[in-house]
Amino acid sequence: MFDIALSALGQVMSGGHLLFLVLGVCVGLVVGILPGLGGIAGMSILLPFLYGMDTASALGMLIGMVAVIPTGDTFTSVMMGIPGSSASQATVLDGFPMAKRGEAARALSAAFTSSLMGGVIGAVVLSFAIVMARPLVLSFSSAELFMLTIFGLSMVAVLSGRSLTKGIAAAGIGLVIGSIGTAPATGEARMTLGIDYLYDGVPLVVVAMGLFALPEVIDLLKRGTAISENTGLGGGWGKGVRDVLRHPWLVARCASLGCVIGALPGLGGAVVDWIAYSHVVQTSRDKSQFGKGDVRGVIAPESANNACQGGALIPTLLFGVPGSGSMAVFLGGMVLLGIQPGVTMVETQLDLTYTIIWSLALANVVGAGMCVMLARPVARLTQVPFVYLAPFMVMIAMFAAFQASRSMADLVALILMGGVGIYMRRFGWPRPALLIGFVLAPGAENYLYQAVQFYDWAWVMRPGVIIIALITVVSVFLGLRFGAEISSEGESDTADQQTRGRQLAFAGVLFLVAAYCVFEAAQLSFLAMIFPLTIGILALIASLAVILRIRSGRVAEIHDDDASLTVAGKSSGREKYLAVFAGLVALIWLIGFFPAMVVFFPTFLIVAGKARPLTAAAMTAGAVGFIGLITWAMTLRLPEGLLGQMLF
Amino acid sequence: MKLLNKRGLRSMLLGAVALAMPMSLQAQDFAGETIEWTIPFGVGGGTDVWARFFAPQLSEALPGNPTVVVLNVPGGGSITGANQFAMRASDDGLSILGTSASTQYPAILGDPRVRYDYADWTAVLASPTGGVVYIDPKYGVTGPQDIEKLRAEEIRFASQGATALEMPVLLAFKMMGLNIKAVFGMESRGAGRLAFERGEAGIDFQTSSAFMSSVRPLVDGGKAVPLFSLGVVDAEGNVARDPSFPDMPTFVEFYEQATGAKPEGEAFEAWKALMLAGFSLQKMLVLPKDAPAEVIAAYGEAAKTIVEAPDFRERAGEELGDYDQLVGAEADAALKEALTVDPAIREFLTNWLAEDYGVKM
Repeated sequence: MFDIALSALGQVMSGGHLLFLVLGVCVGLVVGILPGLGGIAGMSILLPFLYGMDTASALGMLIGMVAVIPTGDTFTSVMMGIPGSSASQATVLDGFPMAKRGEAARALSAAFTSSLMGGVIGAVVLSFAIVMARPLVLSFSSAELFMLTIFGLSMVAVLSGRSLTKGIAAAGIGLVIGSIGTAPATGEARMTLGIDYLYDGVPLVVVAMGLFALPEVIDLLKRGTAISENTGLGGGWGKGVRDVLRHPWLVARCASLGCVIGALPGLGGAVVDWIAYSHVVQTSRDKSQFGKGDVRGVIAPESANNACQGGALIPTLLFGVPGSGSMAVFLGGMVLLGIQPGVTMVETQLDLTYTIIWSLALANVVGAGMCVMLARPVARLTQVPFVYLAPFMVMIAMFAAFQASRSMADLVALILMGGVGIYMRRFGWPRPALLIGFVLAPGAENYLYQAVQFYDWAWVMRPGVIIIALITVVSVFLGLRFGAEISSEGESDTADQQTRGRQLAFAGVLFLVAAYCVFEAAQLSFLAMIFPLTIGILALIASLAVILRIRSGRVAEIHDDDASLTVAGKSSGREKYLAVFAGLVALIWLIGFFPAMVVFFPTFLIVAGKARPLTAAAMTAGAVGFIGLITWAMTLRLPEGLLGQMLF
Repeated sequence: MKLLNKRGLRSMLLGAVALAMPMSLQAQDFAGETIEWTIPFGVGGGTDVWARFFAPQLSEALPGNPTVVVLNVPGGGSITGANQFAMRASDDGLSILGTSASTQYPAILGDPRVRYDYADWTAVLASPTGGVVYIDPKYGVTGPQDIEKLRAEEIRFASQGATALEMPVLLAFKMMGLNIKAVFGMESRGAGRLAFERGEAGIDFQTSSAFMSSVRPLVDGGKAVPLFSLGVVDAEGNVARDPSFPDMPTFVEFYEQATGAKPEGEAFEAWKALMLAGFSLQKMLVLPKDAPAEVIAAYGEAAKTIVEAPDFRERAGEELGDYDQLVGAEADAALKEALTVDPAIREFLTNWLAEDYGVKM
């Protein structure tokens, strides 16, 4: 085994292989930086070139791309508060406050160093695990996977901030939104309102962008400064590297966690960052800074998400069953190269297997190295007046959302989720809780249904299930005991007791959503009904509890960061900006993406940013040109506009 | 070390040149044109990989060497992308579509979301596949002689859905009177195989390439017993042995030996219709029927050139298997046959799905 591993290492280090690996890394970084694209877009750039390439180089290129996506996506998470991909959602919680504090460079370099170490640990684990991981993967049946989704949901206890009730209600609403679409057991349509778009459910990108990106953009616009509140870059990248080196065990623990979770097909990387985040919160003595810019809150998810890719390779290579979304694409690439992944490949072509593993390690080093060098210059963007960045971010958000299912409905859903996001932020509802509920809803339902079908109710007594249940209980206990200080939604306003009416109204809207879910569920066949009915009732009770508590004036539930302005009869401008963005969507629908951006960019820059016309024109050209290039290079599509379709 | 072999280098160069070339010089021979190949599935899935295998070869084989780009439009289990193609495709040969069993089945069943009609399309290339049903050795079943043992047990089968690729397999189980409990919602056939390997499911089905790479080792290790292949159904309704598994009985043979009679009646007709549309023509390259005759002929010729190339088998590897690719008029004739389903058969299928699985169309 060792001689094969060594000879594979030699091959990986050879010039040609290295060149293609670096090429793959570059593509991976670019698509990683652009939120919402991820491995799938990267793969569609690389796949056309695979035909005829030699296998080792092609594998290096694919792995290079896949490995660094959770590295590149950190840029947007830290600097803009936009979760670049599902693997970097938790990084936002502490990374973005650090950037606001003027420590973007430190946060970024800490993130990249952890990514590097996590990725290498993942590769090391993979190289040993690949020959013996079979029993581990097989021991996780649908029952254990269901329990893991419950474990994931228990993270809400840590991430709810001051009000657990609000956290549960938010997670419940997330579960409700996540179960829109076709029921896995029977194929019945649920809560689709008769809209074709909703048959496949709301795409994750749209929900994440709407909940996080739009509210953050609007808040920064409202504040009217640069992202960073002060001018220094905060010690630069050296400090971030030292931060990581000071917490070696944290990195090792989170990386191992990432590996194991990544190895379980079906759960994938969607929750690994949250699990790592709540792990660091639960095991740290001083928790006062989490959610406000604690560097450990960046290190934990970033070491886990790169290691996760190594873990995800285990089921992909051993069983031919992808461990995550980007692994599904990697699997397709392998088949295109004429390799059938599966136990036959691992056993008979061990050299190929080790080429993949070493490429993974190397790609992590190369990718993180490049990012560390980029960290400082890119961090300067946090010093630019935000009003100049805002149109660009809005464009990227809309571009990414539209790629989710290439429907105008994506953009409409983005604006709707943006509306939900700004009010959740304003009234102190934990958005991460909603996102976790949303991400886990399909898995929870599907695995529960399968577990019951396969084992009846005996699944409850499986040892794996009991172990995970115990871990969950401990985690909830720790979360409740220590999690209260972590807030993803900022501080409330002193006048918040006086706007209880508005807070009640928003809670009432969520209550109605839950009620609608229960009402819809009641009309379905048993198998399609049971899950939405359960979570609908959960969301209903929790949101009712929030309503009652706000009415009775309990401090923990009362939150409104716009209260003073509202009391004074003024508006903070959040609705105004959201209306502008909604107008932009309407314009895109009417005249198409590019013309709409050509109108929106200069108008916004001149009216809101007081930019000179020439500057505005140059920035417009740059931005539109950039998106045009990306669209062309990835053979993507953008909305063409009603007018264009009628004229041509 | 050699970076790229000669062919790879050439196709990369060709790609680069083609991308750099300006639009249309001579429309009739595709020179300088870009052909948009809509794939109603995500990147990396079976149909996508199939298209990406053929795309560069199509580019080389079509007159004028056009650029062929794959456009993925996933959603609705391929209905979204196929609907979009039906609505927007140009009939100049520059818009083509790749379909799969999950595009064909909803059309046969009359799914209300389907807004495409295979009668509007002509097929120029069709890739068949086959599949094998295998069982956990704990049931002690080794062949058709053990049918009573097989019928006596309630056996679980992990499936993607009642109207997915497994539909003819479920129907085959029903025809033999087996007590199979289908567990739906698997993300892929691979996930179903994992359930089998964990011992959750007692019986399973895999398409040919997956069977060879992932189930063969289980068979050799005594952890799985193959029962029958689905066989190859041709446009006349004949069922022949699967060329990938010449030593394995087909479902029809298995049925005959187990029950002592040939399968017949509506159920068997429906099974053959599903087999033809979902397996014999599992993946198809179609273009609008209204395209000029010379364009359709050019595609037929190109498909023929590709599959008759001496090294095609070797390059196609296990994924396409030993099956004869259908090209040109032959593919189109099979398509016509497959998608012209007798209303009585359709009714039988929808009734069966509604009764056994509560699926409403």
